[in-house]
Amino acid sequence: MNRYPLWKYVLILVIVALGTLYALPNIYGQSPVVQIKAKDDVAVTQATIEKVESILTSGNIAHDQVVIDGETAVIKFSDLDSQREAQDLLKKQMQGYDTAMNLRPNVPEWLENLGGRAMNLGLDLRGGVHFLLEVDMTEATENKKKQLRSDVTASLIKQKTPKTKISWEGNELVIGFRNATDLATAKTLIKKEYTELSLSENISGDIFELNGLLSEQSLKLIKDSALEQNLTTLRSRVNEVGVAEPIIQKQGADRIVVQLPGVQDTTVAKNILDATATLEYRATESYDAAAAQIYQTGRTPPGSTLYFESNGQPIYLKNRVIATGNQLIGAQSIIDQQSGQPAVNVQLNSMGAARMLEFTKNNTGKFMGVVFKERIPIGKNEAGEMQYRDKQEVISNARINGIFSNRFQTTGLGSQKEANELAMLLRAGALAAPVQIVEERTIGPSLGQDNIDAGVMSVQIGLALVLVFMLLYYRMFGLIANIALTINVVLMVACLSLFGATLTLPGIAGIVLTVGMAVDANVLIFERIKEELRDGSTVQASIKSGYEKAFSTIADANVTTLIAAVVLFAFGTGPIKGFAVTLSIGIMTSMFTAIVLSRAVVNLIYGRKKRLKSIAI
Amino acid sequence: MNLLANIKYDFMGHRKMALILSSIMILVAFGSLFARGLNLGLDFTGGTVVVVNFDQKASPADVREQLEAAGYEKLVVKNFGTSQDVEITVPPQVDATTGLVVDDAKLSNDMLEVLQKLDASAEITKADFVGSQVGDELIEQGSLALLYAIMGILIYVTIRFEWRFSLGAIAALVHDIIITAGVFSLWQVEFDLTVLAALLAVIGYSLNDTIVVFDRIRENFRKGRKAETVDVINNSIGQTLSRTVITSFTTILVLTALFIFGGDLIHGFAFALLIGVFVGTYSSIFVATTSTLALGISREDLIPVEKEGASFDHIP
Repeated sequence: MNRYPLWKYVLILVIVALGTLYALPNIYGQSPVVQIKAKDDVAVTQATIEKVESILTSGNIAHDQVVIDGETAVIKFSDLDSQREAQDLLKKQMQGYDTAMNLRPNVPEWLENLGGRAMNLGLDLRGGVHFLLEVDMTEATENKKKQLRSDVTASLIKQKTPKTKISWEGNELVIGFRNATDLATAKTLIKKEYTELSLSENISGDIFELNGLLSEQSLKLIKDSALEQNLTTLRSRVNEVGVAEPIIQKQGADRIVVQLPGVQDTTVAKNILDATATLEYRATESYDAAAAQIYQTGRTPPGSTLYFESNGQPIYLKNRVIATGNQLIGAQSIIDQQSGQPAVNVQLNSMGAARMLEFTKNNTGKFMGVVFKERIPIGKNEAGEMQYRDKQEVISNARINGIFSNRFQTTGLGSQKEANELAMLLRAGALAAPVQIVEERTIGPSLGQDNIDAGVMSVQIGLALVLVFMLLYYRMFGLIANIALTINVVLMVACLSLFGATLTLPGIAGIVLTVGMAVDANVLIFERIKEELRDGSTVQASIKSGYEKAFSTIADANVTTLIAAVVLFAFGTGPIKGFAVTLSIGIMTSMFTAIVLSRAVVNLIYGRKKRLKSIAI
Repeated sequence: MNLLANIKYDFMGHRKMALILSSIMILVAFGSLFARGLNLGLDFTGGTVVVVNFDQKASPADVREQLEAAGYEKLVVKNFGTSQDVEITVPPQVDATTGLVVDDAKLSNDMLEVLQKLDASAEITKADFVGSQVGDELIEQGSLALLYAIMGILIYVTIRFEWRFSLGAIAALVHDIIITAGVFSLWQVEFDLTVLAALLAVIGYSLNDTIVVFDRIRENFRKGRKAETVDVINNSIGQTLSRTVITSFTTILVLTALFIFGGDLIHGFAFALLIGVFVGTYSSIFVATTSTLALGISREDLIPVEKEGASFDHIP
């Protein structure tokens, strides 16, 4: 009666084997590495590797072989000291490359090819800086409102519709006119060009007012796009400095989490967050083949400057700036209604619009380029002065197809992806609204290692204590429960690794707690079997009804705990979330190991013995 | 091995004593929570915490003296883990000349400079800064989480059992949380984010215990013997007692390991759970059941409804 069909054994075996396989990457540990990447995103070549090798050899720093991973070269070291030494040396000698310190798991290649990867370590376990930034949403909304007001004003002037007043009253833009005809003309225009405003008329006596309300939805959109823009800006800045595996995420409606592993100097990190960037629209002097020819001669045409496009092509732009990023209000990628091609919609404020109008009037058919300039703080020099690096790149070069002012389209983009990227870059120029640091945590790398050691030790000791107790108390069945418990830990680790979860200290605590609680299901079952035996049932019947009767109790108890864990996950941030994830996974894997797996082992041992008189429980 | 097997004991006979004991504990907890409050950690209060490591033994008193001489106020200085590490907690500092709040990176660097005069080997190993608005939100989110967890459990237990049971389970939960928080207040143990997580985990644990007892009560009622309600409850507790004790014991084993070896950051977490498991075990035996009994649970409330009974009959 206590037998499983063969397929069940096979299924259990497969699950356990897979679990072991995917938990395996975690036992190889991690090595300190230095990552090197070309600043212009060009893939590293064999020549680069040879240069790195010779620098390290001449510096007398012991290192593993240099390997290429995508566009970066990775060098492994045996200890943190030589990693730091090597980074200092490479930073000085490898011009045009970004270097970053990192930890990389030593997972063997065959395992990596099977999709195996080690758990990510949280900042509390590896050291680094954590920032929580709050985006000033009042400022973001105010900025947008100011822009809208001046845009509407500019549009009305262009249309030659006189107005008596224009001002914001709360979230409503109130525009006054002299008569109903002016109001109607203006309404048609505003309705077409400013879809974010929902319009209504207020006509009484000699008052002719048009009210444009920013709906809740539009306001939310403004805030969302401000948050998105800040995220994009921060992401591109952090990538620029070469921090390995940074985390930059939204948290709630107006917060951004920035985690920079390995970074210790918070002043440098803060300057990254405060960096300034600008955009410039300029007339194109020469591009593509013509520019390449001039580049060969090395003679820059007078009144222009040499830049490079993102693909490395030289391009010459006139020195006069038509519009700057400060005048740019928004950029969205769209599909052009007429051509069906991807395009980017750009909006300028009134000042930018006026200059753009003047320029395009005289230059239709010519090309115009966009320069992206960024000042990035790179650290203090020995005198204590902050050093900056300027990055300049032409991110777009397009033909002027007509006369335009505050709103225009950039077309001729290869794909939707390209359009998205351009829109993002245009927006990434500056932060949409100021950010404030509301939380900052720095954890030294040695403290991180201490945390790992303490965590691992407490898991080992806790597990060992429980295993010894179960063996003493339940003997043979205790051994079975111990097998289930050990496999439970393996399966938990496998799940966490597969989901790409980040292991934090509270996460380790969650694992320890689950070890204590996971035996509960087996205790429930074994106590039930004992009861049945005392009531005079045969051994086989006792085992069967023990497992069956305990099941609903186990399910009820675990579902209620799972409810608590899910709520924790939904409401928690940071450490609480990590704990909730391990707890939830632990509950589910322990149900499998304690009920299904332990039963399988019991069936294997006792299932075939028909005249079983007693069991060691 | 068979300890505590099938205990015949009049648990419910002592329910008055349990009521008195629980009342006293809750009163003391409440009293302390109102009078002394919780020793809220940086996560909730905002401010800056810096951990400084020295090459040799460091005296918190010397560190405090040095910093106070340099003009820092309202400091909390204590050893952190080893005798070579010192943890310094400072509320947000205001610059006297500009009237602006001092930037925290500058604050920790300034403090380090002061301390390096004391001992050149001083080095910052950990620096945390939390703005005060974050703390308020945490309290709000924590309370909301608690509320939603309780609601979810209320609904589930009502569906699976009966409303009297779900109220009994909630009574035990609230009992456990108040007493655990009370212990933190009474001994002024620092209450930080991980302790909040532990408190929420206590909910899960306490509930687990309670449900196991309830499950047995339901089963015994359904066996249909014409027994007194009190006897059924007594029997149920007795039958599950060995399981309750063994599970609590294994959990306490691992928590003790965590408490002793888990490191300083996890200390509060392990402590909260240890208290929670003790109180939770007691409450699942006495508080949850007595509350349900007081609400007037009887056999009729748990006899399976017609439909459910009918479907059970088809199972061979």
